[in-house]
Amino acid sequence: MIGISGVSKSYGQTVVIDDVSLTLPKGGLTSIIGPNGAGKSTLMSMIARLLPIDRGTVMVDGLDVALTAGDALAKRLSILRQDNHLAARLTVSDLVSFGRYPYSKGRLTDEDRGHIERALTYLGLDELKHRFLDELSGGQRQRAFVAMVLAQDTDYMLFDEPLNNLDIRHAVAMMKLLRDAAKDLGKTVVVVLHDINFASCYSDHIVVMRRGRLFRQGVPEEIIREEILIETYETDFKVRDMDGNRIATFY
Amino acid sequence: MSPDEIRKSSRLILLCLAALALISMVAFMTLGAKGSWSFVLSFRGTRLAAMLIVAYAIAVSTVLFQTITGNRILTPALTGFDALYVLLQTSIVFLFGAATLTGLDPQLMFIAEVAIMVGFSLALYRLLFGSGRHNVHLVVLIGIVLGGLFRSMSGFLQRIISPDDFVVLQDRLFASFNVTDQTLVGVSALLIGLVTIAIWRMFSVFDVMMLGRDTAVALGVDHKAMTMRILVLISVLVSISTALVGPVTFFGLLVANLAYILMPAAKHRIMLPAAVLVAIICLVGGQTILERVFAFDTALSIIIEFAGGLFFIVFLLKGRVR
Ligand SMILES: Nc1ncnc2c1ncn2[C@@H]1O[C@H](COP(=O)(O)OP(=O)(O)OP(=O)(O)O)[C@@H](O)[C@H]1O
Ligand SMILES: [Mg+2]
Repeated sequence: MIGISGVSKSYGQTVVIDDVSLTLPKGGLTSIIGPNGAGKSTLMSMIARLLPIDRGTVMVDGLDVALTAGDALAKRLSILRQDNHLAARLTVSDLVSFGRYPYSKGRLTDEDRGHIERALTYLGLDELKHRFLDELSGGQRQRAFVAMVLAQDTDYMLFDEPLNNLDIRHAVAMMKLLRDAAKDLGKTVVVVLHDINFASCYSDHIVVMRRGRLFRQGVPEEIIREEILIETYETDFKVRDMDGNRIATFY
Repeated sequence: MSPDEIRKSSRLILLCLAALALISMVAFMTLGAKGSWSFVLSFRGTRLAAMLIVAYAIAVSTVLFQTITGNRILTPALTGFDALYVLLQTSIVFLFGAATLTGLDPQLMFIAEVAIMVGFSLALYRLLFGSGRHNVHLVVLIGIVLGGLFRSMSGFLQRIISPDDFVVLQDRLFASFNVTDQTLVGVSALLIGLVTIAIWRMFSVFDVMMLGRDTAVALGVDHKAMTMRILVLISVLVSISTALVGPVTFFGLLVANLAYILMPAAKHRIMLPAAVLVAIICLVGGQTILERVFAFDTALSIIIEFAGGLFFIVFLLKGRVR
């Protein structure tokens, strides 16, 4: 369980996260949606202790992220950030190997190698694993970074816009992968998504952020509704039922 | 490239570099030797040891500095070390005259310089990191600003000392690889050895640091403590090198980037040795060619800085080598 209580964050005078309290249950896939600048990435970075929290606490499995030793947390919680770029010249498999650092500290065991190979296969990177990162397309690179997070094999996995740069086939594959990780392996997966229909079809739970606040949360049927989406995004929406899913159109 | 190919080609390149380095060293020790071999070898041996120490210190400190800053056009020399050294020398001449500077016990002077430079950087990092925020780029920026301050203070002092003193001082302010004091070299080697022990088991952490702060934190590295620790190691290395031969600014940039270009993949386990070997080849090979072939004496530092500076400009113009 991730327990967020009374969390706030400001930059100078600007409050970007305003007193957010939220509980994300253990297991299952939670999507965070909301317009640009709503504070989704900021909240996620605070959960993953990448950003200091001004006020409030975040507990992961009963551990306060601000107080827990970094290397202990790295075995429980991993994060994919929204922007990933690297100056260093590394191959895909080198990058994915770093996911095992919390366990192996650089000396890979056979078990580590197993995790790395599986992560590469899950993301369809077997052909590309010996390529250098600067020789990949944007979507291929995105998948390499996701594979690194997967190799970290933590109970809690946070992904900030994992579908960035992915084509439709790979986006669907990615969402299925994340849902299976939640369902079959009991992982707790939190994703920031901009594609509402992916959120609608794949989530167990949806959290809506708006202007630094928690706006709504609930199961997809409660959230993917015209009035809520219109208020969230200040854009016209139509929501239809299709094959048991709620599909929003906005074109 | 597969891990095996990377390993193979890294090993091959390292071997070639090592061979070249060895050839430079042998050439430096033996070419044009006249008279008693025991004298030549011990005299040149000391100078060679000093150059090896400087090559090592500059290569390692620059690569590590670029790792923690994530930037390949920065060198630790830019953060005020060389300026502080110049200010130290200038102040002594200003306060006590050039005679005192040349008359000072060089070993005492060396220890004092290293202590002051390391102390300065420790105080700077303490100040910056103690305040809660930790940002390497702030360290760089403040280092550059302080360097500017030191430089203008030195410039002012240099204008009001006597011309005779100034000539003596100026000679001191060009790096000279002509170190003959065995004790100094011994002390430096000892300090360098301690630093090496400290970094020996840290290659994998360096690799993680290279991924940037957020990824390092996500992988469980205490990024703040590690940055501080690496900065301290860097300051010891740069201080030793500066106190031993004088300020060298662009050389580190040259060797670190040559190593990045030569080596197939960016792991510190291979990148650090490669940079050190390149530095040895440039320094010892360059000195041998200048001294034995062209019979120049002290111009190496100027040439190396010129080449390094040229590289720096090309680098800036091209944006990035790869
Ligand atoms: N370092 C910073 N300094 C000042 N303001 C910042 C900083 N980082 C983020 N912000 C502000 O905080 C707010 C929330 O940013 P955040 O990145 O969390 O948004 P987001 O919901 O992830 O948006 P997007 O969908 O565009 O990724 C934005 O208004 C942004 O301008
Ligand atoms: Mg974002």
